[in-house]
Amino acid sequence: MNRAIGDRVARLSGYGQRTFADGYIFRPGSVEEVINVFHEARRDGRNVTLRGAGRSYGDQAIYPEAYVLEIGRMNRILSWDAQSGIIDCEAGATIETLWRHTIEDGWWPPVVSGTMYPTLAGALAMNIHGKNNFRVGTLGEHVLDLEIVTPTGEKLTLLPTDPLFPAVISGFGMFGVIVRVKLQMKKLESGNLKVLAVSPANWDEQFELFEEHETEADYMVSWVDCFAKGTEAGRGQFHAAWYENGESIDRRSLWVSRQDLPDMIMGIFPKSLVWRVLKLLCNRTGMRLLNWAKDRAGRLLDNGKFHTQSLVAFSFLLDYVPNWRNAYLPDGFIQYQSFVPKEHAKRVFSEQIKLQQESKLESFLGVLKRHRPDSFLFSHAVDGYSLAMDFKVTKARWDELELLCHRMNDIVLAAGGRFYLAKDSTLRPEDFQQYLGDSTLKEFWRLKRLIDPENILMSSLTSRLPVLRTPLEHHHE
Amino acid sequence: MSKKRALVVGASSGIGREISRQLIQSGWTVAAVARRKDKLQTLADEFPGQLQPVVHDVQETDAIPEVFAKICHNLGGLDLVIYAAGVMPPVGPHEFDTEKDLEIVQTNLIGAIAWLNEAASRFDKTGHGTIVGIGSVAGDRGRSGQPVYNTSKAALATYLEALRNRLAKRGVKVTTIKPGPVQTEMTQHLGLKGAMTASEAARRTLILADRGGEHYLSAKHRFAFFIIKRIPSPIFRRLSV
Repeated sequence: MNRAIGDRVARLSGYGQRTFADGYIFRPGSVEEVINVFHEARRDGRNVTLRGAGRSYGDQAIYPEAYVLEIGRMNRILSWDAQSGIIDCEAGATIETLWRHTIEDGWWPPVVSGTMYPTLAGALAMNIHGKNNFRVGTLGEHVLDLEIVTPTGEKLTLLPTDPLFPAVISGFGMFGVIVRVKLQMKKLESGNLKVLAVSPANWDEQFELFEEHETEADYMVSWVDCFAKGTEAGRGQFHAAWYENGESIDRRSLWVSRQDLPDMIMGIFPKSLVWRVLKLLCNRTGMRLLNWAKDRAGRLLDNGKFHTQSLVAFSFLLDYVPNWRNAYLPDGFIQYQSFVPKEHAKRVFSEQIKLQQESKLESFLGVLKRHRPDSFLFSHAVDGYSLAMDFKVTKARWDELELLCHRMNDIVLAAGGRFYLAKDSTLRPEDFQQYLGDSTLKEFWRLKRLIDPENILMSSLTSRLPVLRTPLEHHHE
Repeated sequence: MSKKRALVVGASSGIGREISRQLIQSGWTVAAVARRKDKLQTLADEFPGQLQPVVHDVQETDAIPEVFAKICHNLGGLDLVIYAAGVMPPVGPHEFDTEKDLEIVQTNLIGAIAWLNEAASRFDKTGHGTIVGIGSVAGDRGRSGQPVYNTSKAALATYLEALRNRLAKRGVKVTTIKPGPVQTEMTQHLGLKGAMTASEAARRTLILADRGGEHYLSAKHRFAFFIIKRIPSPIFRRLSV
C-alpha cells in the first residue's frame, strides 16, 4: 500500500455513533473517478463501501478496511425545468440542495426525510420515506431515471421499467454507485403548511386520529411518549399538515430566507449548545421528565389548534437541534423502526413499549407514521404504521438492549411486519430472511451475481446479515 | 461489543510472546510479528486460527509500511499496537563495538520508531487506538554495564513521550512500560533468579496499556527509580546499581 492510500484512512460510524470501522475514504468528483475507485479496489484486493452523508443510523455505510466511496462531492445540479418540475442532478446532491434550488420556483422534493442532509444517492439506496408516505410513497417512486456505475466499471441508465431499477433503489448500495438522478418535484403554491396539532391521550386516540385524516391530509406524524403507562400508554402529540393554496397565500413564504431555521432558540440561546443541555437530560429520569413536559405543554397550548409552519420547520425536525446525536455519547444510540400492518399495529406497538418498560430500557423518543406498500426489492413499507424509536446505548446494558430488540422483532414478524435497513442495528439473519422471504433473497443473489460477481460492494450490515452474501461466497467461508 | 485487534511486534519470545498469548485468551485478534519463523509458528500453533503470524525483521524498516497495511487489512482494523522487540547482547566492561551497538539501536529504537510511526499516523487520522512501547528501567540512567541498551531505551521513552503529547488531543493513548528485571530469553545471560516472570510482566503491561503515560511494573521499582534518577552522577558512578 502506498502512502497516499494510508493518508485516506478514517474512522467512520453510522449516525448513531455506536459501531465504528476504519476505512479509506475516496471522494470522486466524476464518473471516471468512480470507475477508478473500483479499479483500485480490485487491484488492491479491497472491498468498496458506498457512503452518502453517513445519515443511516447503524452499520450500513461502514466496513472495516474497505475503500469507502463517498458520493458527496458529486453534487451538481445538471438541469432544472421550473415549468415541469423535473430536476436532473448528480446523486451526491442533498435534499437541502434540492429544496434550496427549487423552492423559489414553487417546487419541493416530493419526499423528504426528517433531516435535509442525506444525499440523493444515499436516500435512494435506502429508499427513504417521509411523513407523507401514506399519500405519495417513497422517494424512489418519484424518480424518472437514474444512472449507476457498477463494480465492473459499467455505466447503466435505468428507467422505472428496468428490472434492476427496483433493486438499485432500496438495495442499500449493493449494486453500484448511483451517480445521477432525474426526479419529479412537487408543485407548491406556498412555502408554508397548515398544521393541526392534537394530543391523543392513549393508543386508541392515536390511531383514531390517523384514520380520521388519512384520506385528506398531506402529511401525518405523531410523537409517542414511551414512558407513559396504563390508561395513558400511547399518549403523544399528533400532527397533520396540508399544503397551503388559494388566493390568500403569501408567495414570499417561498423565499429561502423565510424557510431557513433560526440559529437561536427564542432569539437568545444558541442552538449549537442545545445538545449539551440534552446530554444532561439523556437518562431515564431526564427523558421521562422531558416526555412528560412535552405532553403537558402540548395539551395546554396546542391541543386541537391549527397553526402555520414553514415546510422546512415542519419537515426537518431532526435539524432543529444541531448535533443532537452527541447527547447520546459516549456509547451512541440505536434507532429501531418496525412497520406493522394496520390491523395489528396498535397491539404490536403497545406490546413493544410494555417490553421496554419491563426492561427499564424505554426509548427516549417515539415517532408514529402511516405507510403504504411499494414494490421495491427491499421494501420496508406495509399498509399500516411504523413506530421509530431511539434507544440510548450503554456498554453495560448492550446485551439487554439487543435482547429487547430481538423480542420486539419476534412480535413484529408474527404480525407480518417489516423493517427498514437504514435504521437497523439489531436484526438477526433469520429475522431478515423471514420478513423478506426466500424469493426476494433469491432475486437479490441473482442480480448480485450479475452486477457484482466478485462481491466488491460490502458493508458491515452485510457481514452482520450473512444471508445477504451470495450462496457461492457463503460456501467458501 | 466488537472484537478488538492488536499488533504485537517482537512476539516470538519474552514479554511480547506472553502479551500475545494473554490478548488472545481475552478474546482479541492478534497479529504477531517476529523475525524467527520457527518460534512464531510454535506460538501460532498454540492458537490455531486466532493468531496471525507475520515474519519480519524490524531492521528492515523499508518494508514496514506495506507489512503494517497488510496486517491492518487482515485484522480488519487496529486498536492496539505493542512494540516489544528488543535485544541486549552481553557487553564487556572494555568493549566499544560500534557494529554491535548499532544493532541494538536498530532493533530497540529505529525499529520501534518505524513501526510506531505507522501506528501513530493511522491513529492520528482515525482518532482512536493505543500504542504501547516496552521500554526499561535501564533507560533511566546511563550505566556502565550497557551504555547503548540504556541509550536506546532512554531514547525510546523520549520518543514515546513525544508521541503521547502529539496524539493526546486526538484521543490516542501512548503508554511507556518500564519493566525492571524480567526472566526472558534476552536476560538469560544475566542469571536473574527471583525476578518477575514474563507472564506477570505481560499481565501488568496489559492492565496499564490503556492508561497512557509512563509506568513501572511494580511499586518497588517506582520507588527505587524515583531515588536512583536523583542520585548525583559523582555518587552514582561509584554505585553498582
